[in-house]
Amino acid sequence: MLEIDNVTKYFNRGTVNEVLALNGLSLSVREGDFITVIGSNGAGKSTTLTCIAGGFTPDSGSIRIKDENITNWPEFRRAAFIGRVFQDPLKGTCASASIEQNMALALRRGKPRGLSKGVKDKDRPWFREQLATLGLGLENRLKDTAGLLSGGQRQALTMLMATMERPDILLLDEHTAALDPKTANQILELTHTIVETQKLTTLMVTHNMHQALNFGNRLIMLDRGEVILDVGGEEKRNLTVEDLLQRFYALRGEAMGSDKLLLG
Amino acid sequence: MTWYAFYGALEQGFVYGLLVLGVYLTFRVLDFPDLTVDGSLPLGAAVSSVAITSGVNPYLSLILAMGAGFLAGMVTGILNTKFRILHLLASILTMIALYSINIRIMGRPNLTLLGADTVLDSVSGLGLPPFIASPMLFAGFCIVAVAVLVWFLHTEMGLTLLATGDNAQMITAQGVNTHNVIIFGVGLSNALAALSGALIAQNQGAADVNMGVGTIVAGLASVIVGETVFGSRTIARAMIAAILGSVTYRLAIALALGLKLGSFSFTPSDLNLITSILVIAALVSPQLKRKFRK
Repeated sequence: MLEIDNVTKYFNRGTVNEVLALNGLSLSVREGDFITVIGSNGAGKSTTLTCIAGGFTPDSGSIRIKDENITNWPEFRRAAFIGRVFQDPLKGTCASASIEQNMALALRRGKPRGLSKGVKDKDRPWFREQLATLGLGLENRLKDTAGLLSGGQRQALTMLMATMERPDILLLDEHTAALDPKTANQILELTHTIVETQKLTTLMVTHNMHQALNFGNRLIMLDRGEVILDVGGEEKRNLTVEDLLQRFYALRGEAMGSDKLLLG
Repeated sequence: MTWYAFYGALEQGFVYGLLVLGVYLTFRVLDFPDLTVDGSLPLGAAVSSVAITSGVNPYLSLILAMGAGFLAGMVTGILNTKFRILHLLASILTMIALYSINIRIMGRPNLTLLGADTVLDSVSGLGLPPFIASPMLFAGFCIVAVAVLVWFLHTEMGLTLLATGDNAQMITAQGVNTHNVIIFGVGLSNALAALSGALIAQNQGAADVNMGVGTIVAGLASVIVGETVFGSRTIARAMIAAILGSVTYRLAIALALGLKLGSFSFTPSDLNLITSILVIAALVSPQLKRKFRK
């Protein structure tokens, strides 16, 4: 489904601020995988998602989706395959457009847009039906602009928009991190429902180890732009937060040790 | 203010209304401060005047003017998106270049249309006095332009224009090439500015390379006056407000010019100062309001 092969990316290459963001990262995502992605700050979690979505072109390596080499495709072209939800709830929707306009925009993701009506009458009942599943009362507010909604409501709407036109891959970039705990849980539940019912191939970045363990069938841990842990199936189900922390610190300890050696 | 000055202000308000719609498109919809209009307004005037003096039908000359304006806007859009030049600077570069181009098109800094057929001849046959007929004609142009733009902004393509100005990240994630949208949108805006310029030239009987100076500030003033006085809750309302803002702005100027305080009175050369102060006041007033509420 998605093959990331030996991707390397430097930011600010050749300057004092040079950062090796992805260090020969390889990842093979199978159809129907729900992968949770963890790692410390700067490990390359968001960078990996941005790399798949096309926010930048890698310095080397390749990315394939459905056997199509998309390494050099611009971001907008990859959108045909990809649904995205961002950490910032304001990023996924258009504040000045109405809820129905936002949904209509998302309904044509990756398709040509012409001079027919933006919001079609025949789509409205379906929009209402979809919004009703959120249980937020948005089904009666089709004409309200998205800017009137709360962060949680906007994130829920973004979640719908990212998945109403079935994406081959769903990318969730810490999409609950900016919400209060109660709303975050609602959005997580919604994520679970949508991903399970549609059997979506999903990558979910999270800072929360419980989330990483409770969701999905596979877990990967990133560090310094590399995948350092990749567990799935039975092994992931039996994993506990303590196990994860242990592995995490074991790895960090080792990294610190090598730093010490270097610094003498 | 005399009735004559009143009709004059209406006429100016409507004929510049098309430009104001263009400014609304870039400033408010696309969030792209575009100064190209200072050059594309005289460009429209130049193209239309040259076409008319070469025997082209005045209405057809308007279409040619719009085409030229669209191309000028595209240049700004391409400089900004493909070559990553800051939008303001990109538009200034195009505007400056257009000054030379406009003189090339006309072959001299100005061109008169005295005695030539213009679109105003099509209404003068109705038996109305010209000072009523021309505001009516230009109002007609504005109504058609607003109708077309409101329709367009509610199409699939139009929605991408709204979204690009509002949240480029979101609309890119929906598979839209925002570069193309910006190039098209700025083109459309300048087509309207050029149409405005063409009509102004036909109305005053001459095109002049300097007629575009301060266009953007006047356009911006009209947009801001419009949304402050008439509201901007929906697209249609905002665009009608922009036109009415243009009329209000011209009326305010006519009033200011008629003002006499003892031996002091405003002259047309004071207009730029008045306009700038008006725009600054409109931009600052929301901040002041917020401060006083605290």
